[in-house]
Amino acid sequence: MSAYPKEYRNPLKKARGLGSAQHGVSHWWVQRVTAIALVGLGIWLVTLVLRMLHADYATARALVARPWNAVLLIAFVVTAFWHAVLGLQVVIEDYVHTRWKEATLLMAIKFIAVLATLAGVLAVLRIALGA
Amino acid sequence: MADTRRPLSPHLSVYKWQVQMVTSILHRATGIALSVGLLLVAWALIALAGGEERFKHFTAFVGSPVGIILLIGWSWSLFYHLCNGIRHLVQDGGYGYEIVQFVRSSWASIIVSLLLTAAVWAYVLTLGAAA
Repeated sequence: MSAYPKEYRNPLKKARGLGSAQHGVSHWWVQRVTAIALVGLGIWLVTLVLRMLHADYATARALVARPWNAVLLIAFVVTAFWHAVLGLQVVIEDYVHTRWKEATLLMAIKFIAVLATLAGVLAVLRIALGA
Repeated sequence: MADTRRPLSPHLSVYKWQVQMVTSILHRATGIALSVGLLLVAWALIALAGGEERFKHFTAFVGSPVGIILLIGWSWSLFYHLCNGIRHLVQDGGYGYEIVQFVRSSWASIIVSLLLTAAVWAYVLTLGAAA
């Protein structure tokens, strides 16, 4: 501690509300927001899948191509993978105690989730736009 | 080095099994299962966009005995995670922390999820018989 601090603002001001990980409550909060969204989107997805039972290829494709179905499917894929990454992250942090394994797994789930999300969204867009 | 002869927390072996422990563990387990299930959703969409032949591979898998068993597991996981997730959101709001309420809502999550799974599969199987 120098006699003449360059900063007059109390360091606590910067730390307050951010916690040890410096991310504050954002992880917790986003997990809840995506959870609430997934209550609706999840129930909707079940009804969509039930409507597609025994549908032939063309019917299934036409159902996904409907604008609202396409929009909600994209919303579901993005929200669900996001929620899954947040949840898996906590499980990995809780149970994997070897640092390099933990870091590798945390990165792996993010890479897989992002790729699967992008591929899923592109697939819905191709169907919806008739490509 | 910790002396491993002494009992280590959380003393899981001395706990009497309670339904709240089961719901907590199942929430994580179903969450992990659903994360894998999401890849199936992505596969379905990619296959649907990829053409009739690709989609046939997908429907052949989900229609196979292994596929049906996995789908039953995933559908229950979805309904359980949904019910218990809503329970957690209510608890995040600060409600339902009386021990009686806590136990009762735990059982409600389990029972309602089983009923929803049974209802959906009854619908699927009766429709399958009709088609």
